Amino acid sequence: MRFTQPVSDGLLVDLSRLQFALTTLVHYLFVPLTLGLGPWVAIFETLRYRTGDERYARLSRFFGSLLLINFAIGVASGIIQEFQFGMNWAVFSRFVGDIFGAPLAMEGLFAFFLESTFLGLWIFGRDRLPRLLHLSTIWLFVIGTWLSAYFILAANSFMQNPVGYELDPISGDAVLTGLGEVFFQPLTIWAWLHTIVGGVIAATVFVFGVSAYHLKRGQHLDLMRKTFRAAIVTGIVAGGIQLFVGDVLGVIMVDKQPMKMAAAEAVWETTGPCASLGIVAIPDTAARDNSFEVGIPCLLSIVATNSLSGEVVGMNELQAQYEEQYGPGDYTPNVWVAFYGFRAMIGFGLLGSAWMVLAWWFTRRGRMPTSRWFWGISIWMIAAPWLGNLFGWIFTENGRQPWVVYGLLKTEDAVSDLSVGLVATSLAGFVALYTIIGVVEFRLIRRYAIRGPMEPSDPMPGEPPPVVSSSAGKGWTS
Amino acid sequence: MLAYTFFIVIAFVWSVFLFLEGFDFGVGMLTRLVGRTPAERGTILRAIGPNWDANEVWLLTGGILIFAAFPAWYAASFPSAYIPLLLLVFCLIIRALSIEYRSKRPSERWTSTWDSLTFATGLLLPLLVGVFWAGMVHGIPIDADGRFTGDTLWSHINAYSVLGGIAVVVYSIAHGAVFLQNKLDLSWKSRLEPWANYAGMATLVLMAGFSIWTVLAYSADLLGIVIAGVVVIAFAAAFVAQRAGRSLLSFWLNGIGITAFMAQIFAALYPNVLPSTVDDGFNLTIEQAAASDYALTVLAITAIIGIPGVMAYQAWSFWVLRGRLKREEQPSETY
Ligand code: HDD
Ligand code: HEM
Ligand code: HEM
Repeated sequence: MRFTQPVSDGLLVDLSRLQFALTTLVHYLFVPLTLGLGPWVAIFETLRYRTGDERYARLSRFFGSLLLINFAIGVASGIIQEFQFGMNWAVFSRFVGDIFGAPLAMEGLFAFFLESTFLGLWIFGRDRLPRLLHLSTIWLFVIGTWLSAYFILAANSFMQNPVGYELDPISGDAVLTGLGEVFFQPLTIWAWLHTIVGGVIAATVFVFGVSAYHLKRGQHLDLMRKTFRAAIVTGIVAGGIQLFVGDVLGVIMVDKQPMKMAAAEAVWETTGPCASLGIVAIPDTAARDNSFEVGIPCLLSIVATNSLSGEVVGMNELQAQYEEQYGPGDYTPNVWVAFYGFRAMIGFGLLGSAWMVLAWWFTRRGRMPTSRWFWGISIWMIAAPWLGNLFGWIFTENGRQPWVVYGLLKTEDAVSDLSVGLVATSLAGFVALYTIIGVVEFRLIRRYAIRGPMEPSDPMPGEPPPVVSSSAGKGWTS
Repeated sequence: MLAYTFFIVIAFVWSVFLFLEGFDFGVGMLTRLVGRTPAERGTILRAIGPNWDANEVWLLTGGILIFAAFPAWYAASFPSAYIPLLLLVFCLIIRALSIEYRSKRPSERWTSTWDSLTFATGLLLPLLVGVFWAGMVHGIPIDADGRFTGDTLWSHINAYSVLGGIAVVVYSIAHGAVFLQNKLDLSWKSRLEPWANYAGMATLVLMAGFSIWTVLAYSADLLGIVIAGVVVIAFAAAFVAQRAGRSLLSFWLNGIGITAFMAQIFAALYPNVLPSTVDDGFNLTIEQAAASDYALTVLAITAIIGIPGVMAYQAWSFWVLRGRLKREEQPSETY
């Protein structure tokens, strides 16, 4: 018996899902850049500290100003998510509250405060702090963002693969029994690595594209050549790492959520050994089969099980198995989204790195291509990792359906009992607000990116010059 | 046992939030009320520049701790307050944008638009927080299962909660004006003083009215009366101190006052976290709503390390960035 009666209104569920998906995806527009650009800026600061070279100061101010613009909305859009758990997903919140409490509270107290306090000190404390202490503020900021990602992914991994819990016999809600398992299950660790590397790729391609813009116009050559080369090396390495991490994550997924893997590959019937990996497929969800598919022989067995003879269990078999286990119902996620989402993640996510291999060749030994299309494509590449990251989440979260907490709580049972009109209104509000923000944000980042590195004497956007009177005497804190 | 401790911890976290963000909200409003030119407004906003973002995390922490320590409370109260909370998050986003982006284009219209939004969100945010908490004391329609059954629009809105909201808004203005007197150079004094004085007076009156209503309607026991007394005395003292030119003292007295205000709300709730307006028997109690002992223990360790740690480095950050801001030294880009 569940304490709170589930409400099952299809439209309400759909609208709530749409709203959650929209707002998390918007949040995730900002997250990768914060995660990835933080270290770039911190490294410039460190180089400047070690070498005293003012060119690094210009770079850290330039990319730091872009980071700041991005961070402000990252924070605000994140707060919305935290509130939405309670507002729109009351049954879910109650169900997982006992488990989510620890990671979310730690995220707040150990990560979010760290980020926001030390970012403030980094910007405003430049002339106030000893140099080494000032340098450490930006690193503490980076640590804060990476920690926060870990905590939220621990919570998310519980939704993908519940561990360390018991069901309360009276209320039916999940109760925490093993903190260590929730925090350190392999899925959490690998999903975190995957997400961090995804962020690094996004930021690196961003640095690459911004540098390309200035190189194309022949301005700030001294600085932008350096960042362009550094981005190429980082981007290629990070892409390679992501191939490896993603592969490990895939094997974990086959084990924990076989249905998601089967959907990702549009495998309806259980395969024999040497299963082929689909490149294109037209899934027919009514017939529960593909009406068309082209694949590469044996590759699926290798990817999913790391062996040629591995078999992949198909959706039809899993569906029958789940019906037996959980009762009648449809346990198959949207196969179109899973199949193409997975491919879009990998394709767009690695496109930037792939292009960088070419760019490395074109710019070897200091060459500077003159063709406009080379630079144009390099600039447009900025968009690719974003799409990769977004499709990664769409794939992950959609593939979990119909469960919101895998095997324990269905999405349709998890929503708050609100009126459809209310949720429709709030969804419309979010769309309107986010559209405006999106436009403002995009134009600002573009403006600052185009303006290029400032002279060391220029203040950073939003950064005040030293404005404190020396006769601070009676004044106090701020 | 731990559940009761967390009940108090949550009250404390929300007090810290209203103490810190109270002046941020107030400064947001005063930016428009006191600053005459975009440049002047830039200086005023600069006073909260380094810290408002970190202060906001106290709100988040207050919300998360309800979720973590009392999942059933979170699940019942957040949907019931859907509209106020939705407005709240919209305001948070808009405020973040307006503080960060106002100076990013050298156009007067651009800056002024954002400054008006800073004012509006500075006004709405404390109002909504006050309405949320006072509405909680008033109670909402929940049934025997602790499930919200009412109308999302009106469940938190009534005369009592609106009074609470307005009291918090006026407190924020007073607190912000007192804060700015300490933070800006002395040339601002003559313009800030009237705001600090009048708003301080109004805070005293509204908070006293709210406290009396609370005692009469929701907590007519000794503890309730004592706390109500502290609220009134603290805000009266803050007002007197401000009049006497002791704005630093007044600032801290406001802190005591707002902590007592939160304490009053929690004392009125006790032993419930959420009273039912349908039937007293349906009240959601602290014990019913609490998370498991194991989860609370984990949370307690987190809080024991986290909360003092955060307070320590936040205080350090305030200390590092102490000192009055001079009027003439404008960020060159800031309009
Ligand atoms: C992998 C990383 C990651 C993921 C999956 C999420 N976030 Fe996030 N979040 C961050 C990484 C991050 C960050 C890097 O720490 C942010 C992003 C931009 C920023 O400014 O900080 C942040 C900010 C941020 C904030 C504001 C923090 C502050 O005030 O400093 C909140 C409240 C949340 N997030 C909450 C959430 C919730 C409820 C999520 C789940 C739906 C979520 N985030 C997904
Ligand atoms: C060969 C390459 C890749 C493979 C095999 C791969 C594999 C996976 C798998 C299996 C998941 C699902 C995890 C789960 O549901 O438990 C996932 C999620 C995700 N992927 Fe990838 N991925 C690859 C490349 C990328 C790239 C290049 C990016 C971005 C730049 C990316 C971004 C994401 C994100 C953001 C998620 C969701 C978060 C998470 O679960 O960690 N992926 N990926
Ligand atoms: C702890 C972290 C997270 C929690 C608790 C969470 C929770 C949820 C919930 C309750 C839903 C609605 C039910 C559903 O339709 O699946 C959902 C859907 C979704 N979430 Fe997550 N989520 C988390 C992280 C994320 C992140 C970081 C993203 C990426 C941006 C994300 C992307 C999505 C998407 C795209 C959907 C829609 C999927 C669909 O409806 O098919 N989620 N999530």
